[in-house]
Amino acid sequence: MPEITRVQELVYELKIEEVMTRSVITVTPQTSMSKLREILQQYRISGTPVVENGELVGIISVEDLIKALAEGEMEAKVEERMTRHLVTLRADEPVVSAVEYFAEYEFGRFPVVDKDGKLVGILTRGDIIEGLLKKLEVEYHEEEIRRYRVSHIFEDIISDRTGIILRYDVMAHDFDHAGEASSKIKRALSRLGASPQIIRRTAIAAYEAEMNIILHTDEGGEIVAEIQPGQIIIRAVDTGPGIPDVEQAMQPGFSTAPEWIRELGFGAGMGLSNIQRCADEMHLESPLGKWTSLEVVIYLDRKDER
Amino acid sequence: MTLKELCRQLSLEVRTAAEKLDTEVTGGYAADLLSCVMAKAQAGNVWVTLQGHPNIVAVASLLNLAGVIITEGMAPDPATLEKAEEQGIPILITPLTTFTVVGKLSALGVRGVDEA
Repeated sequence: MPEITRVQELVYELKIEEVMTRSVITVTPQTSMSKLREILQQYRISGTPVVENGELVGIISVEDLIKALAEGEMEAKVEERMTRHLVTLRADEPVVSAVEYFAEYEFGRFPVVDKDGKLVGILTRGDIIEGLLKKLEVEYHEEEIRRYRVSHIFEDIISDRTGIILRYDVMAHDFDHAGEASSKIKRALSRLGASPQIIRRTAIAAYEAEMNIILHTDEGGEIVAEIQPGQIIIRAVDTGPGIPDVEQAMQPGFSTAPEWIRELGFGAGMGLSNIQRCADEMHLESPLGKWTSLEVVIYLDRKDER
Repeated sequence: MTLKELCRQLSLEVRTAAEKLDTEVTGGYAADLLSCVMAKAQAGNVWVTLQGHPNIVAVASLLNLAGVIITEGMAPDPATLEKAEEQGIPILITPLTTFTVVGKLSALGVRGVDEA
């Protein structure tokens, strides 16, 4: 399926009343063609609706004027030369219906009426283009502001140590929400404009730390991501039971996971070694029977990104 | 090669994220242990596995994988499909074994992460 462009979307979103010209120059049926010429020249327009007692009765254009000129009928009244067969657009219709009308009829402009049929504006192709461009400009500007906020946050907010702290509670044995904290950290980093390699390493470390809390703790714990100007720190803290032999636990493939956990694809015994592979610094403290505290630091300004 | 072309060549059944099949596949990886996948699979890879629980979606999404092929006709959990749809991760099903799928992928030129 071809991708729908923003402009295509906009012609459905925008209403005709948002792009039409509201201050409509009108003439009456009694206006003379020579007077019409003056009006068209004065306002630099190529046609105007004809209104009698507030009622839209026709439309007259520069083409009608040229014909009248060629036939020496410049003193004729507008009502003798105007188009009476009126095609109007409703103000509350989407711009796309106007686009269809322009394609279907050969008119250069359509009077726009409200739901009671009262003339409220006039629409040309130029109005549509201008309206779309204006809307796109506004959206572009909003996006610029958004980008600015994110990328300059560390420059604008000044402290001795600025950091963004994201905290996530992780419940023990909660496989249904496994990976959610790391997914959210990943999203935040990409929003902050981190490089793909940094995002990948942080996501892997956070995921393994999150899974360790889910798989191995009694009462769950907390994952904290602290994003600083030069580094990202992931802290995973739980309230036990602690790791009996940290050195052994660091060995790839050493697993204490029961069979049912392995069947789920976990317990490969690679959690800590995967984390270490992604970390620039890794600090693990785990007094047995008490708690575990894991701190992973990933540097942001390394040239030789792994 | 795009994921769409792979689905056609291997007659894979597309269960989720059918609109994300235009992704260019950068390579392949096969394993059933999530930590191995976390360690090795690269962004844009197609992952071949027997696992069908929702955590495969988390892994695929964290690593920006192109998609997950579930082999031997294993039916993924409804929660897996729901999550995958939500995160835009294509889940593809085949009755073939992992070995056969990997062989076919290789014949189509999809390379492993440890192949040049």
